[in-house]
Amino acid sequence: MDQILSLATTNLLSPIILCFVLGVLAALARSDLSFPEAVAKGMSIYLLFAIGFKGGVSVADHGIDLTLGLSLLAGIVLSALLPFIAFFLLQTMTGLSRLDAAAVAAHYGSISIVTFVAATSVLEGSGIAAEGYMVAVAAAMEAPAILSALWLISRGAGDGDDRRMDSTLMREIMLNGSIVLLVGAFMIGGITGAEGLAKIDSFIVSPFQGVLCLFLLDMGLVAGRGLREEGAVLRPGPLAFGVLMPLVGSAFGLGAGLLLGLSTGGVALFMVLSASASYIAVPAAMRVALPEANPSIYLTLSLGVTFPFNLTLGIPLYVAIASALTGG
Amino acid sequence: MQTHKAKRVEITIEAVMQSRLTEALKKAEVSGYTVLPVLGGSGRSGEWSRSGQVSRAQGMVQVVCIIRPERLDDLLESAFEVVERYIGMVCVTDCDVLRAERF
Repeated sequence: MDQILSLATTNLLSPIILCFVLGVLAALARSDLSFPEAVAKGMSIYLLFAIGFKGGVSVADHGIDLTLGLSLLAGIVLSALLPFIAFFLLQTMTGLSRLDAAAVAAHYGSISIVTFVAATSVLEGSGIAAEGYMVAVAAAMEAPAILSALWLISRGAGDGDDRRMDSTLMREIMLNGSIVLLVGAFMIGGITGAEGLAKIDSFIVSPFQGVLCLFLLDMGLVAGRGLREEGAVLRPGPLAFGVLMPLVGSAFGLGAGLLLGLSTGGVALFMVLSASASYIAVPAAMRVALPEANPSIYLTLSLGVTFPFNLTLGIPLYVAIASALTGG
Repeated sequence: MQTHKAKRVEITIEAVMQSRLTEALKKAEVSGYTVLPVLGGSGRSGEWSRSGQVSRAQGMVQVVCIIRPERLDDLLESAFEVVERYIGMVCVTDCDVLRAERF
């Protein structure tokens, strides 16, 4: 318990979390502070490239083994499975329609790469190592949840409704910019290894924390605006789900990480990935595939409730549990 | 100066649907179109602004094209197949153009 509290305090008082809090407060106070769209996009590209590259370098250093393949497989299975659990919880806890519940469920099977990046930053700050290939696991977990949610809806429709998923949407999901950049940088890092990192480390290592601070300030602004403008759509049931589901998801991630025999950092990252909810790739897919679902509900839940929860309390909790159970 | 009658079609649609709409326009043999970013607005789904969005999913764009009046129905049929289920607006106005052969 002491370890959890200590980690939580350290995390809550870290620059990245305080920047996020500043963003939320500024938005709630109706400040006109905002980031130009291109700057936010640029920071996102930088973070994805840096985290992907460093993950690839780590794999190059430690080599490829069977656990990498099994971790990828476990990530895909978890991403496909979690929407069913989320859907069941939503139908039990909330009065959401089947359509809205399926759309929300898709978000909770997929992942938030920003939460993942923040978690790797916390692990680095705590001196806890993690498997570099968890970056690839993150990329693998983006899409399967969307297919599960669409299956849930088509099963409910009972008329073989397959118009929701077409080849264009499938291509957009599988080749969305985040996945391409993350996997691409991971492969470049894997190919060039430590030698490649040495050439660009002044760009992707030292400035990383500073850029992450500014990016989370922007995310705080977006989350705060979402809460201010759309918070009213959330009733107690969905709100409780937004906090409960990450804990449920992290338990599945914990089980997968322990079964695979991952390191403390690897288990913690598996928990973070399973606990996080998408707010970039999945909302776009849901708008195309399920336009009748209410975006205010799934965006406010994933970005306004679950993301801040994971960022402030979830990550230290997951790291502490992973440390306790792996002896790290 | 000699001008020619034409139709200006403005379709405001969610950004995620942009490529599908422009593909539909090409299939309807529209010779050209212009895509404009939308900064924000207010409608049945409430007020929104581009600066407050975290992904393309929530943003909107406006696709503008000028066509000959006799081709309007084909264009609208193609466009409607795309926009029917989504948030957006289709607006048709009369306009005059200088070089009719371009449309």
